[in-house]
Amino acid sequence: MSSWLNYLRTHRFPHIWCAGCGNGTVINAMARAAEDLKLNKDKTSVVSGIGCSSRGSGYLDCCTLHTTHGRALPFATGLKFANPELEVLVVSGDGDATAIGGNHFIHAARRNIDLTLVIMNNNIYGMTSGQYSPLTPTGALATTAPYGNIDRTFDICKLAEASGATYVARATSYHVSLLKKCIENGIKNKGFSVIEVLTQCPTYFGRRNKIGNAPQMLRWYKDRGVLWKPGTKEDPDKIYLGEFVNVTDSEYCESYEAVIEKAGGKK
Amino acid sequence: MAEKNKILLQGNEACVLGAIRAGMKFYAGYPITPSSEIAEKAAELLPKHGGKFIQMEDEIAGIACAIGGSLAGLKSMTATSGPGFSLKQENLGYACIAEIPLVVVNIMRMGPSTGLPTSPAQGDLMQAKWGTHGDHPVICYYPSSVREMYEYTIKAFNMAEKFRTPVLVMTDEVIAHMRAGVEIPEEVEIIDRKKPEWGKSYLPFKVTDGEEIAPLAAFGSGFRFHVTGLAHDEMGFPSNNPLRNDEMIRHICAKVDKCNDEIVESAEHFTDDAEVLFVACGSVARTALYVVKQMRSEGVKAGLLIPKTVWPFPEKALKALSSRIHKIIVPEMNMGQLVYEVERIVKGDSTVTLLEKVTGELFKTEEMYNKAMAVIKQ
Ligand SMILES: Cc1ncc(C[n+]2csc(CCOP(=O)(O)OP(=O)(O)O)c2C)c(N)n1
Repeated sequence: MSSWLNYLRTHRFPHIWCAGCGNGTVINAMARAAEDLKLNKDKTSVVSGIGCSSRGSGYLDCCTLHTTHGRALPFATGLKFANPELEVLVVSGDGDATAIGGNHFIHAARRNIDLTLVIMNNNIYGMTSGQYSPLTPTGALATTAPYGNIDRTFDICKLAEASGATYVARATSYHVSLLKKCIENGIKNKGFSVIEVLTQCPTYFGRRNKIGNAPQMLRWYKDRGVLWKPGTKEDPDKIYLGEFVNVTDSEYCESYEAVIEKAGGKK
Repeated sequence: MAEKNKILLQGNEACVLGAIRAGMKFYAGYPITPSSEIAEKAAELLPKHGGKFIQMEDEIAGIACAIGGSLAGLKSMTATSGPGFSLKQENLGYACIAEIPLVVVNIMRMGPSTGLPTSPAQGDLMQAKWGTHGDHPVICYYPSSVREMYEYTIKAFNMAEKFRTPVLVMTDEVIAHMRAGVEIPEEVEIIDRKKPEWGKSYLPFKVTDGEEIAPLAAFGSGFRFHVTGLAHDEMGFPSNNPLRNDEMIRHICAKVDKCNDEIVESAEHFTDDAEVLFVACGSVARTALYVVKQMRSEGVKAGLLIPKTVWPFPEKALKALSSRIHKIIVPEMNMGQLVYEVERIVKGDSTVTLLEKVTGELFKTEEMYNKAMAVIKQ
């Protein structure tokens, strides 16, 4: 058995996702990244909110915490701050992370607490069958936007960067080696890391919006995905991939050590 | 000797000192009047005592973070008031179903909404029981003195650890901001959660016939398991087996219900020969005691029952009293909440009269005395 499979709870399969869903690819990349970094399963925790993507935590063999919609980051903050020895990863959907959980997202980034957040952005609310999310493109169709979505979208990576995340990257469920590398680098970063993964949801987004089925959606990512380099003049028809931010700054749990010292407490 | 251990404390400070005495090592919350001193004291003391404090971005994050801290193995607390208590409800239910020990303090101020932020009230008594959706256990202490803030916060931690469930400490603004000399007890009982034994298979959500409570391993301690707010099996994985749903929900309630006698606390004053009974909590109970004494000095046989746990309510104590006292008066700083529970329990044994107050002010003794006398003379 390939050893990355050791990071999966294969006894929990078959998984709950639709045929053609990209979420499994992302969980696969997380397991492979964990294997490459030889993460200790007993000291690794995966926290998630609510949504199709958030069910991913249940398939990874470590200490897993499936929380409430939008709240994965504060739960994860509690785990990490209480026990900084834990390697804490968070999986979230675009709605989970940036709508109901948007406030927690910017504040976790601002604190630069050492968490690695993987956002599976399928541009829609999958679990609840296709309502529009903050990442549903303007003009796209959703069950709650039957005449086309008039909302404008977030750029998750720019939001993360502006909020203070010290590692920010984007990949897609087609660009799997890049995805795995970004997850690894995110884990290695001592601070708040955000990896946005564009992930196909043929059931509720692709088909309704005439992008097509899963292979067609993957081709869509392939055709539009280009590696971002500093100074790139951005073309709105492209999807920019790769690392946008990889910097060092003070990490929250480490900073608290100074508080303990000033207070005269023992570690 | 005893004097040596006596210190002047505010109710909210006493809560934090009690928490630290109980072993609190983690606090996460968001400030709100009239509970903010709890956060401030925790921020000051926790890093001195080997613990950690974090101010989160809102109350939802506060309770979520505290649950995370508890699952990492630290005794955790969050505190809030009215609007913040409303925000915490969803994750309070999470801690119930996921069976995570936690202490939640709610210092009641007048609502609804922003209401009167600095005024006392008792409007959250029913919210404490029914605020989060679904059937769930509730243990809620209601201290009525600064000393009790210390003692019941310790008990709240003990019960949370013992029953693997969130426990509430609720009081009104008056008790939270009152200052009194508190004698710090030399010895207190401290209960720590059970941890699983090494080498044995571990089922973190196992339900046994005897309703024993499964131990809770800390994340990172070598046991790998899944925790979810979904209905789940004994391993913690999502399940929608109807039999298991029934077993799981009944278990989280029964583990507390069957120990009601051990949890429930109340105090009685002058009830032995009483002909009229006051039932009151918190600062209102203090006024009621004064009124009862005054009535006694005038030959009116009044008595007082103070629930120290509002949930579970001291049902047996009240039932025993209502079997022989046929006039019950329930003064409350709301439009009637405790009175529903009293009426449910006495079920026609006695006449029950509510004295309500929603001005945002304390009951004055004269006011309570006059209103109660009018009821007694009826
Ligand atoms: C407090 C709360 N509000 C709403 C819901 C219903 N709900 C569940 S998942 C979800 C959206 C999921 O979308 P996303 O986070 O993008 O994840 P996906 O399912 O697409 O992976 C919603 C609205 C909920 N469970 N809890």
